[in-house]
Amino acid sequence: MPEEAVARLWGVTHRYGPVVALEEVDLEVRRGEVLAVLGPNGAGKTTAINLLLGSAAVQTGEATVFGQRPGAPGVRARRGAMLQISGVPNTLTVGEHIDLFRAYYPAPAPASRLLAMAGLEGLERRRFGKLSGGQKQRVMFALALCGDPQLVFLDEPTAGLDVEARRGLWEEIRALSESGRTTVLTTHYLEEADALADRIVLLHRGRVIAEGSPATIKSHTAARLVRCVTGVHRDRVASLPGVVRSEARGRYLEILTSRPEDLVRALLDLDPDLHDLTVVGAGLEEAFLALTRAPDASEPVS
Amino acid sequence: MTTATLARRGRIYVLEARYQFLMVLREPAFAIPTLLFPLMFYLFFGVVMGGRGFSAAAPTYMLATYSVFGVMGPSLFGFGAGLAMERDSGVLLLKRTTPMPAAAYLLAKVGMAFAFGAAVVLGIFLTGAHGAGVVLYRWQWFALSGVVLAGVIPFCALGLAVGAWSKSRAAVAITNLVFLPMAMLSGLWIPITMFPAALQDFANVLPAYHHAQLALKVIAMDGGQATALHVAVLAVQSIAFLIVAAVGFRRAESGAVSIRPGGMS
Repeated sequence: MPEEAVARLWGVTHRYGPVVALEEVDLEVRRGEVLAVLGPNGAGKTTAINLLLGSAAVQTGEATVFGQRPGAPGVRARRGAMLQISGVPNTLTVGEHIDLFRAYYPAPAPASRLLAMAGLEGLERRRFGKLSGGQKQRVMFALALCGDPQLVFLDEPTAGLDVEARRGLWEEIRALSESGRTTVLTTHYLEEADALADRIVLLHRGRVIAEGSPATIKSHTAARLVRCVTGVHRDRVASLPGVVRSEARGRYLEILTSRPEDLVRALLDLDPDLHDLTVVGAGLEEAFLALTRAPDASEPVS
Repeated sequence: MTTATLARRGRIYVLEARYQFLMVLREPAFAIPTLLFPLMFYLFFGVVMGGRGFSAAAPTYMLATYSVFGVMGPSLFGFGAGLAMERDSGVLLLKRTTPMPAAAYLLAKVGMAFAFGAAVVLGIFLTGAHGAGVVLYRWQWFALSGVVLAGVIPFCALGLAVGAWSKSRAAVAITNLVFLPMAMLSGLWIPITMFPAALQDFANVLPAYHHAQLALKVIAMDGGQATALHVAVLAVQSIAFLIVAAVGFRRAESGAVSIRPGGMS
């Protein structure tokens, strides 16, 4: 397993005026991996990327890339970035944009390979403004690769794309990691992180709330929240099917479980008087909420 | 630095300037007004009206002032509005993640302003010499073009200051609010001597006034203030604009304001 860190944030706290964008974040990017930074809007994903790109100055903590300051010239030459921006000038062609960005780097990738890697063959002479949304994102992707980088940052690469264009870009990102590059991507789609990443860091309100393989993260987010009024004691619930944790809220007991049907069956067997039963499907948002409840209010029971 | 590295860095400057120029040339909303308006104004006020109304010297006087006007446009709009737009669209942020030297970007924009300014000045000179019978010594033509094109520096600095502080949508409007009143109040359209005394005094705070006076000095039609005064005012104002611009950029980067449309996340 590749362990060497090519980039890291260490104890990073970042504020925009009174708003805390990142709080005590430790994040490590290992050589050769695809790391997905997953979180809802406003979680601090872009701030983390900007710090690793040197586009924003570190306020508290430490940021390094290849063991150096993120904005150092030697770092810039070896990494590429796709940012959440509205695009490059409309009046230049795809080929002209690539020509210009290649010139910035000491050892650029051949233009023909860039066009192939981004699926842009035949579009070199088309002006950026005449491209579809998916094609524009592919150009931004190609520009990120102009320097033949070892480390690539993709900030919400598929934001605003339709399903087909999104899956198309996934193919290109997969090919990128197969070519041995280290990739950091941000997304608010669990599906995307699952499809592409070796490792996921879950960010919520500026904090890392979970970290692990897609399977680990999914086991959290596949959970359902079962809520009911019951005489069954919280301690007894812990041994019931699939229970991740449980919590008393007013007269209700709330139980996070990966096996809601089995849990409800077991609960009803234990307590025929159980009432006011609801089962909340946990999408990513619910999973974030479940994972972010104040830990002192609900000790994990498994 | 090795020769190869130098050659590579040189290529960045050349390509950045070339694409900056192509980009602007393909944008009719920028190219047409900045290239044609000063020429049309000169034709109308300097040649057609000037020949009849004001005086025989009008076409010569306005040759200088409309050339100054022609250089102001691309400097203010290319830098002011152009830069604000590229900052807001995120292109500037993206380029700054690459090894592109910031100087290549800025010099490309100065070069573009210079090239457009030179094209306008050439057009006005040809119109003046062949359409309005303006007669100058050969050294005066050269000196005038040099003085007028040197205006790219203070006007680009002013454009940079406006661009650093305004959002892209507002930048064009704000630039116009700086550009048009300043052109008029500096005596670029109508000779400054026709203004009331208070307005003539006020013109002393405007960079375009001092620049126009330097241009008029070449053809011995200026108001008689010292060359050193005009040069000193322009130098001090250019430095002040650059400081204002630097503060504006620092403010944008510190996160006090959002540096991209989506806000922070």
